[in-house]
Amino acid sequence: MDAIRVHRLRKEFQVQQNREGLGGALRDLFDRRYNQVVAVDDISFAIPQGEICGYIGENGAGKSTTIKMLTGILVPTSGEITVNGHVPHKEREQFVREIGVVFGQRSQLWWDIGVIESFRLLRKVYRVPEQAFNERLNELVERLQLGDLLTRPVRKLSLGQRMRCELTAALLHNPKILFLDEPTIGLDILVKSEIRDFLLQINKRYGTTILLTTHDLQDIEALCSRVVMLDDGRIIYDGGLDELKRDWGKGKELLIQFGQPCSPERLRALTADLSVTWEAVNEFTLKAWIPLEQANLTEVLGRVMTLAEIRDLRVLEPNTDDIVKEIYQTGAGKHV
Amino acid sequence: MFSLPAYLEMVRMKFLMMLAYRVNYYSGILVYAINIGAYYFLWQAIYGDNQTMQGFTVAQMTTYIAVGWMARAFYFNNLDREIANEIRDGSVAIQMIRPYSYLMSKMMQGFGEGLFRILLFSTPGMVLVSLLLPVDLPTDWRVWPVFLLMLAFSFLINSQINILVGLFAFFVENNAGMMSMKRILVDLCSGLIVPLTFFPTWASSVLEWLPFQAITYLPASVFVGRVTGSAVWEVLLLQFVWFVVLLIPIWLVWQRARRRLFVQGG
Repeated sequence: MDAIRVHRLRKEFQVQQNREGLGGALRDLFDRRYNQVVAVDDISFAIPQGEICGYIGENGAGKSTTIKMLTGILVPTSGEITVNGHVPHKEREQFVREIGVVFGQRSQLWWDIGVIESFRLLRKVYRVPEQAFNERLNELVERLQLGDLLTRPVRKLSLGQRMRCELTAALLHNPKILFLDEPTIGLDILVKSEIRDFLLQINKRYGTTILLTTHDLQDIEALCSRVVMLDDGRIIYDGGLDELKRDWGKGKELLIQFGQPCSPERLRALTADLSVTWEAVNEFTLKAWIPLEQANLTEVLGRVMTLAEIRDLRVLEPNTDDIVKEIYQTGAGKHV
Repeated sequence: MFSLPAYLEMVRMKFLMMLAYRVNYYSGILVYAINIGAYYFLWQAIYGDNQTMQGFTVAQMTTYIAVGWMARAFYFNNLDREIANEIRDGSVAIQMIRPYSYLMSKMMQGFGEGLFRILLFSTPGMVLVSLLLPVDLPTDWRVWPVFLLMLAFSFLINSQINILVGLFAFFVENNAGMMSMKRILVDLCSGLIVPLTFFPTWASSVLEWLPFQAITYLPASVFVGRVTGSAVWEVLLLQFVWFVVLLIPIWLVWQRARRRLFVQGG
């Protein structure tokens, strides 16, 4: 059974358009002009139960808008949504009992009082029986090491601590579907990997379906078997992560710092037959993009090393935005 | 969907939150003390040698001021600002993923705030004021429960107005002006600053058709003994009618807001 089904979903916003200058502002008072903006443009997809699906795209691609429609916050302009057998915006109060949501940029905990108070409220809100709640809370507290945080006011928690509490809050009622909107934003690597491990475990143990948006490709790599990619309100890719990387992660980017000044021209000449592109960052540092089909890393590095001493070398992972950009630029997506 | 334990928990949490900010609480006491004192001396000066004005005796006036401000401590809340802020910064979205009614949860939080103030603020404050100023507390014990009931309606009606004004943030980008206007309007038209009978005839007859008098003027009039006997039930009924009537625009505005709820930065 599909946990989430979306068919030809569309969302338009009216955005107020301001005229220029004082005269314009005065005219705006009486005669407002609006622009129609299509945030989500006819998208369809289905996510089976128990899957972890990454939902990616550039800023303003329509990710958050989709999540908001899936969680019943926004009413779609047209199209159909079924989540867990419900139409989110129509049966809101019934529907939200079975989902958990974390917005990375917004707290859903009570800011000024101890975290445990928010958890206690959630127990009453979701009508979790006392015993089940305690078991669940203990498990989460132990797993996410929340021990001494529970009585602290939320405003005194660090971002990492807060995010762990947010996750706990979203999972206390054992939801069937978990929506995460940029859950790892602004976190350090340690907390990030801890949260990833945790999500994987929850997914395995309870079969929780997870839909997450992120800008961090490592989140996707660690968690998702499936990726839905959005650009300008349209789905431009929907499929496995491996295929995505095979098809689109066609090259590696290198950042090389030399012991002496190096001009990109010399390097270009050196690797002319390998179609490597070079770009100077400063006198000593250069950026190279190596298409893996035509060249391999060893070959390029071997040649470069004959030229000058290498002080530092870094392989830049392609990030989601780059891949999205690449897919978009080649215009491949439109007919997925 | 009715979920009383959750709403009661919210009352408790707001109570806790008020406790967490005790300095606010102390400064609040000071502000109210100054207000009561200032209006007491002002009315003393206005009365001069007169024993009654517009049917109010000096003693009734003093009591009216004291109970009016103490009632305000209970019914006053910032629901309008809270709602408007949550709409503007988009955190209203977080509330929509909860299986409860947003407005009901706000109302309950306002109630928690009011409960805190009436227990730790109004009650001791009233005792203190009646020691310092010549305040006549009702001798008929039956006035007290009726007054408390009317106070509950004051809270409901004032909160309804606040919610209505706060919800306008859905339709205009910035309703700060509206909120401060409302604040002055409520203080003035509810009879907190000047009892309704002191207004010019045309003004007081207009105000009789507005919900504001149900917030301060009616309960305070019962408290000071200007309204007695069966008339008490009439003003109570009037409060109830306003409570019901105000549900209609709230429901309408909320329905429209739900339709066009768009979260900023989404």
